Amino acid sequence: MILLAFLAQTLRIAIPYLFAAAGGTLSERAGLIALTLEGYMLGGAFCAAVASYQAGSPWIGMLAALAGGGALALLYAVCTIRFRADQVVVGIAINLLAIGLTRFFLRLLFDSSSNSPRVPGFQVEGSGTGFGALLQNPLVWIGLVTVALVTWVLYRTPFGLRVRAVGEHPAAAASVGVPVARVRYLAVAASGMLAGLGGAYLSLDQHQFTDQMTAGRGFIALAAIIFGRWDPRRGALACLLFAAAETLQIRLQGSEALPSQFVEMIPYVLTIVALAGVVGRAVPPAALGKTTTE
Amino acid sequence: MTETTGSAIALRGIEKSFGPVLANRGADLDVAAGEIHALVGENGAGKSTLMRILSGMYGADAGTMMVNGRDVTGWTTSDAIAAGVGMVHQHFMLVPTLTVAENVVLGSEITRGPVLDRAAAEEAVRALSARTGLAVPPDRLVADLSVGEAQRVEILKTLYRGATILILDEPTAVLSPPEVRELWQVLRSLRDAGGTVVLITHKLDEVIDVSDAITVMRQGRTVARMPTRGATPQAIARAMVGRDVALALDADLAGPVSSGGAVSPGAAGTLLEVRTLCVAGTRRAALVDEVSFGIEPGEILGIAGVEGNGQTELVEAIAGLRHATGAILLGGRDLVGASVRERGDAGLSHIPEDRHERGLVLDYSVAENLILGQQHRFTRGPTLDMDRVLAHARTLIGAYDIRPTDPALPARALSGGNQQKIVVAREMARDFKVLLAAQPTRGVDVGAIEFIHARLREARDQGKAVLLVSADLSEVLALADRVAVMYGGRIVAVLPRGEATPDTVGPLMTGAERAA
Repeated sequence: MILLAFLAQTLRIAIPYLFAAAGGTLSERAGLIALTLEGYMLGGAFCAAVASYQAGSPWIGMLAALAGGGALALLYAVCTIRFRADQVVVGIAINLLAIGLTRFFLRLLFDSSSNSPRVPGFQVEGSGTGFGALLQNPLVWIGLVTVALVTWVLYRTPFGLRVRAVGEHPAAAASVGVPVARVRYLAVAASGMLAGLGGAYLSLDQHQFTDQMTAGRGFIALAAIIFGRWDPRRGALACLLFAAAETLQIRLQGSEALPSQFVEMIPYVLTIVALAGVVGRAVPPAALGKTTTE
Repeated sequence: MTETTGSAIALRGIEKSFGPVLANRGADLDVAAGEIHALVGENGAGKSTLMRILSGMYGADAGTMMVNGRDVTGWTTSDAIAAGVGMVHQHFMLVPTLTVAENVVLGSEITRGPVLDRAAAEEAVRALSARTGLAVPPDRLVADLSVGEAQRVEILKTLYRGATILILDEPTAVLSPPEVRELWQVLRSLRDAGGTVVLITHKLDEVIDVSDAITVMRQGRTVARMPTRGATPQAIARAMVGRDVALALDADLAGPVSSGGAVSPGAAGTLLEVRTLCVAGTRRAALVDEVSFGIEPGEILGIAGVEGNGQTELVEAIAGLRHATGAILLGGRDLVGASVRERGDAGLSHIPEDRHERGLVLDYSVAENLILGQQHRFTRGPTLDMDRVLAHARTLIGAYDIRPTDPALPARALSGGNQQKIVVAREMARDFKVLLAAQPTRGVDVGAIEFIHARLREARDQGKAVLLVSADLSEVLALADRVAVMYGGRIVAVLPRGEATPDTVGPLMTGAERAA
């Protein structure tokens, strides 16, 4: 029973990570740093809350999250692909922009600086371990399917082959007629939409949007991508691992055994360990973050 | 295959500039269908640019292009591929993390429904291999291939897309002599099947060997076109440079050994001695595997080998740029563990193989580049003594004929040959006993090659020890007093000058034969 509850809580925490990491993997494999996942998630969470509130349907909220995350991603793509701006600089700007925009519209729409009113979500009341309620949430299922879908696209489809080529050696891809910019736009847009869904899960699950509610989850997803060595399956496992660490930290709260701050550090420590080459060498896509591609 | 007899390619008045640099200024090219056509010229003559325009990678600023009688001016890469024009680039356009088959089909994928059909892609590669004799395992990662194999993949890639006009940019730079012969066979069989080949090269023996006709470019223009039958290396070289050149390679191979320097070999024992030097690899076996050799004063030891067999790592280890174990004795002192500056003070000079990566700071001025590594000798108090730096620069610019002669220009503004002269001037102006010369004439025009070769011989004649590493076997054979062959991180043979010929060294370079 305790184990089941632990697993349910782990999965619940992992879902937003799974969305964001799956999307971010596509972006990074195409050569664009997914530093912006945090902003996409926040944008998605906000759009989902607003649309769900207005339309009275979490499904409409989901669609709005796709649009919101996708729009921020397109902005990132235009700056970095079309105008060749530095990805880290634009990435940071997008994240700050997402905080500012959501705060601005929160005030404008709901006259509050902290949170939205209660919005309709998917949740059906459950009991016991929490698994039952979890499995009634369609976003949980969509999140799990997303991981499989991104893996399939990346390794089985012509588009995925082109994404991998473009992130590794864009000049080679261009020399055989692959439209490098278009592939990158698509990959980044997909990353924004998926991360937006991750954000939607947060606000719909909590039935409200709160200011800066993503609280660094986009960066943990990025850490999971790196820890998973840019493979969507390993990345998903990393998300589950990080979520389990977080669950552990929540469960240990109040206990004197271990300061919870140490448990909170686990994702970051693991990422540093991964980057230091302990778990096999983490080799990023060769063209990742390069501004000039030719 | 289009069986048009007549013109396959006709380029007229092609112009192309990159910022202030004019790469092509009215270049013409006529290639008949079914011939192997050599496009020759010095580095920077505009050959690669012209062919990239033909393959749709760049758009020309002016001029017209006809392919198989059709006006194709301003087409894109995809248009060119669709029309059967394929280019094998000098720097391979392969994605190392994908398999051979994935690289071959990229951009023209075979699908089954929405899914990539891997089996069909691999089968297509096998079929092409069988037809052309270019064998490569289709399921291997490109990162795991040898350079020769990678080049085969490049050719297969163009053929898979139905290329009937194949452009190859300096294809032999990375191949051993047997691989070069194999490539010629493949190109001849493509021609005999009705294909047309344009071969960019600056190696004159290759031109004579394999081509049917020759076009010579100089400074962005087409200056000569001739049938290969009856053409001589001297005539081609004259057209390339615009004046008579002493073909150092020919002259030296024919003449006797010109060792008559101040110190005769063997007089003073070894100057540089390397003992069981090892450089560990990150993934596979050692990059340099127990290499030992000695160089005497007044001797050039040449290292021949296909690139990627440990030469780079060997030189970097001796220069102090890479961690190594073993012993490096210079004048009796062991330099393993010494810093780069300590090695320099001990009398080691180093012309690195990549002048952009290691040799120069491109945005520094010529004068600043000429004191790199010795800046501590040009100080007055805590600051640089600019008067002395400039005086030093003027002396070397004059002595090494570096053009333009302005010491304040950034190194970036100079041509490749003149950039290399900066590196050579700096390394040879310091007080040195041992010179490491890695690919000293790579990407340098014929005139500068002549000059740099003369400087290396001069150093030898002054009693210095020179370690010459070159991917160009003819360069090694022309300059070296002894030739060591590296394969797989080891020295597999050391031959005295008299015994080292392309026929004896070539097979050793491929690892096909191991001498005692």
